[in-house]
Amino acid sequence: MTNHWRDIKHADLILINGANPAEAHPVGFQWFVKAKLDPTKGPGSGGGAKIVHADPRYTRTSALADMYLRIRTGTDVAYFGGLINYVLQNKLYHEDYVKNYTNASFIVKQGFDFKDGLFSGYNASTRSYDTSTWTYETEGAALDGPAGSTQAPAKRDKTLQDPRTVFQLLVKHYSRYTPEMVSSITGIPVDQFMQVAKLVGEMGKPDKVMTIVYAVGLTHHTTGGQLIRSAALLQLLLGNMGRPGGGMNAERGHANIQGNTDHAISWEILPGYLRIPAPGQKNLDGYVAASAPKKSDPNSWNFFGTNYRNFMVSLLKAWYGAKATKDNEYAYDFIPKPAVNSSWMSIYDQALKGKMEGVILSGMTATSIGPDSNQVLQALTKLKWLVVFDAFPTTSSEFWRAPGMDAAKINTEVFMLPATHWIEKDGSFVNSGRWSQWKEQVLPPDGDARHDHWITADIFDRVKTLYRNQGGKFPDPIMAMTLDYKDPKKPELDEIAKEINGKDLSTGSQMTSFANLKADGTTTAGDWIYTGSYPDAGNLMKRRNGVQNIQQNDPTGMGFFPQWAWSWPLNRRVMYNRASADLDGKPWDPKRPGIQWNGTTWVGDVPDYPATMNPKDPAAWLPFIMNGEGVGRLFSNSMLDGPFPEHYEPYEAPIANPLHPQQSEDPVAFLYDQAAGRPNRFGKVDKYPYVATSYRLTEHEHYITQQVPLLVGLQPQAFVEVPQELADEKGIKNGDRVRVSSERGKLEVSALVTKRLGPVTLAGNKKVYQIGIPIHWGFIGVSAEQNPERSKYWLANALTPMVGDVGARTPEFKAFLVNIEKF
Amino acid sequence: MAWQEKPLGFFTDTSICIGCKACEVACKEWNELPGNAAKFTADSFDNTGQLDAQNWRHVQFIEQVPDNTGMVVTPTPIAGGQAWLMMSDVCKHCKNASCLEVCPTNALMRTEFDTVYIQNDVCNGCRNCISACPYGVIGFNEDKGIAQKCTLCYDRLQGGLQPACAKACPTESIKFGYVEDLHAVADQRLATLKAAGYQKAQLYGRDDKVYGGLNAFFLLMDKPEVYKLPNEANATLPSRNNLPGYVGGVATAVIGLVAGLLAFRNGRMNGNGANNTTTTNTR
Repeated sequence: MTNHWRDIKHADLILINGANPAEAHPVGFQWFVKAKLDPTKGPGSGGGAKIVHADPRYTRTSALADMYLRIRTGTDVAYFGGLINYVLQNKLYHEDYVKNYTNASFIVKQGFDFKDGLFSGYNASTRSYDTSTWTYETEGAALDGPAGSTQAPAKRDKTLQDPRTVFQLLVKHYSRYTPEMVSSITGIPVDQFMQVAKLVGEMGKPDKVMTIVYAVGLTHHTTGGQLIRSAALLQLLLGNMGRPGGGMNAERGHANIQGNTDHAISWEILPGYLRIPAPGQKNLDGYVAASAPKKSDPNSWNFFGTNYRNFMVSLLKAWYGAKATKDNEYAYDFIPKPAVNSSWMSIYDQALKGKMEGVILSGMTATSIGPDSNQVLQALTKLKWLVVFDAFPTTSSEFWRAPGMDAAKINTEVFMLPATHWIEKDGSFVNSGRWSQWKEQVLPPDGDARHDHWITADIFDRVKTLYRNQGGKFPDPIMAMTLDYKDPKKPELDEIAKEINGKDLSTGSQMTSFANLKADGTTTAGDWIYTGSYPDAGNLMKRRNGVQNIQQNDPTGMGFFPQWAWSWPLNRRVMYNRASADLDGKPWDPKRPGIQWNGTTWVGDVPDYPATMNPKDPAAWLPFIMNGEGVGRLFSNSMLDGPFPEHYEPYEAPIANPLHPQQSEDPVAFLYDQAAGRPNRFGKVDKYPYVATSYRLTEHEHYITQQVPLLVGLQPQAFVEVPQELADEKGIKNGDRVRVSSERGKLEVSALVTKRLGPVTLAGNKKVYQIGIPIHWGFIGVSAEQNPERSKYWLANALTPMVGDVGARTPEFKAFLVNIEKF
Repeated sequence: MAWQEKPLGFFTDTSICIGCKACEVACKEWNELPGNAAKFTADSFDNTGQLDAQNWRHVQFIEQVPDNTGMVVTPTPIAGGQAWLMMSDVCKHCKNASCLEVCPTNALMRTEFDTVYIQNDVCNGCRNCISACPYGVIGFNEDKGIAQKCTLCYDRLQGGLQPACAKACPTESIKFGYVEDLHAVADQRLATLKAAGYQKAQLYGRDDKVYGGLNAFFLLMDKPEVYKLPNEANATLPSRNNLPGYVGGVATAVIGLVAGLLAFRNGRMNGNGANNTTTTNTR
């Protein structure tokens, strides 16, 4: 989230797309309820907000929304594109904000174009774009700044009239997204879309603000990144980024996916969203030049780009300590430079090809998570060994027991290591709003269970011993790794938290701000965005100064509660908050201030800006200090599939793309089967006529709740949600057993027939049904053991396709084609 | 903080219930109820089925999504808490409690907080109260041989705590407090909803028209019958000392009882497998 849970109550309008907060985040949902509770009190004071929920299913969130829109899954770019078009055509955007706080006025390079569903630079044989035209016209010499972090300034036309301005290109790009086109793609009737457009159109006024809330319903598509970006563009046009009650608010997974991401659970980043080096980046200079944002306006601070080297060197010093020296470029060579994509699906793709010897699974079960569980199961059979750390047996630790598996023919050796549940350890959870909140151990570990990090530390110690005794290729990174803990085999999470914060090696003090990190090897930071969370004064994540004394703990009255836990970055509660105030530093809406200039300093939230920088100074920095441009990007060259979001159909879709049928799907999405020389397994609408989407229920957390009897009772067995009309057509009665099949697998589950799901009418008057498939069950767990026959085909991800978006390689879990039949 | 000896109860505001069932689980955890055997009922998202000896909170899910293709603006039927009703049901702790009237051993008593409480060690397992309750709240615990229902967390109240369900409710749909305070909160909430155009919103058991008033009362988004609750015309019970009222009241109680039974039968017909003579946990 750019903002945080409590802040949702400040919104006038709440758009929820690709999310189901009442079910997935019931505790956070209290703030949605409070936002609308009493309309007489007004936004921020107890009510009056409207909630618009666009979703393929009428969910427990829809039940409390003011408007529900039945949208076809995976078409939110068309929905947001239509809203962008409406706002542009009717000049409802926040003009001052757009001119001064976005790159609307930047001139785009000659040669950039969009035609027939493709941006300029497409190479069909490599399925990739040459993005060299997706940039700005520049003039003059490169701007001043640290090496690798600057370029020549971009040309601008502040009147926004030049046809090559980002603004004019944006107007042109989205002019195709008429209400009729939106309706033909999404299935939302034109009149309903227009009602939402009118509400949204009001939100460009400075005294109005809208929040957009989303979750993996936007992420899990081959266009995932662009689905989210389309919403962010709308927020920039309306001037809602950086403001209390506004922002782009991702609901993150339980209970610590935000923390996972921050600490580089994803292969392409290092902690703190520093990029993993790539082959060819032979030294720090090459790495920074390829990775750091480039200052492209004289008034851009380019804070991230300017400090990129400081953050990287401080990370290297945290990891390699005394072995990281000026002479060896702080052990930059110790960091792997992967030549191939190493994301989630790629692991199983490699295993399938027999190129993985072993896999360690900690905190997840690959089989259930999928996609394409049957193919994952096959991949696991090709391993020499599989290690699972978990509190309970999982569908991975027991994969050889899956229906259809012949254990006698599987040579994979499986090691099940009992690990503690989070109830059995202390540590931090980082919530969606970036608050790192320390928790205590509730129960001591059960039986022989050990913490995942202790198991990992023990394995590391044994590997290190092997290197020491037997030598080996390139032992240096292993031997140099700092393990500055009381017991290196049992590091305390408190010790790790201190290490993540980092220290000043010349004084021995804990760092208090990442602004003080240096590239000369005198500072450390295990994750620069957490620097400041654990100063010498102690662990700020433990703070709990909340509503017990509101006057004292929330001095601004804006719900920031600065002494409740600690929020990255620098305890800031709303990111980009310089944009909450106008050019002179006055809040756009005095009733809902983020920060404001009082003549000598910025007050309110922790400013996302130098605390004493006078906004009226001609040299004052632009508001978005992390971007090279200094402003929000309506046009971005950092996406691999286009500088503007464009609607592409899911890889399994019921219709051809009404915008450009000859280029229906995302042209650069990664097709694992095809790339590996296997035939693609995408179903066609003649055989699989129904659109399906997958999701979790409020009664479940991941897969572990299959082991909690009281929760099993609430949703005891696998089912699918079937629209009443479709059920009538197919002769399916409520509670009947049904077989749901895709090109990749099948489910045999009960049907929950409901009017909450229904048909959408798409281009050419085509009526399409959507089926809902909750993920949770499998052949392991309390219900499976009670129903061994019924539970054979309960793995929802047996259906989902192994295809990923080009950037994050996120699987298309949320849109695929199936058939359904009673049996 | 100790609670004063005056009526305590619940105000369950169904307009903001999100059907998360945290109340059901918190209740079972605190009261050490293992629950009935797990069973998929295909009754919307309700697999709990009914209030009984194991289920002292029960979230009803009532789907009344109209036939159409999607959105309609507040407060027309599809939006804003009217198309998919969720309601956390519980013992009503009636002012005129039929269970209390029919109990031969006085196991059922009224506490200092004006709640209706079954004393486990006094209950002889006669099941009169189970038949008498017009809401089908009470169930028989086969293991213990006694009748059981919501205690309004009498043990927690004595420790100055609030009941487990109210503590767990994330949206404050379940509000706990002194009944007179809750009345004021409920009146305000109803006025807000009415002003917003929710004409069907109504309080149930707020006044004395339903069994003399309910200490656990509700804000409903539709008629009581939709939630399988007897309406005002059926929900009366006379005192034992009032003979004419008693005679008339028996008839009313019978109607109420029949209505309740019909509701259960309807529940079964809908496939939720309701079984109002409770079986014990067989896990």
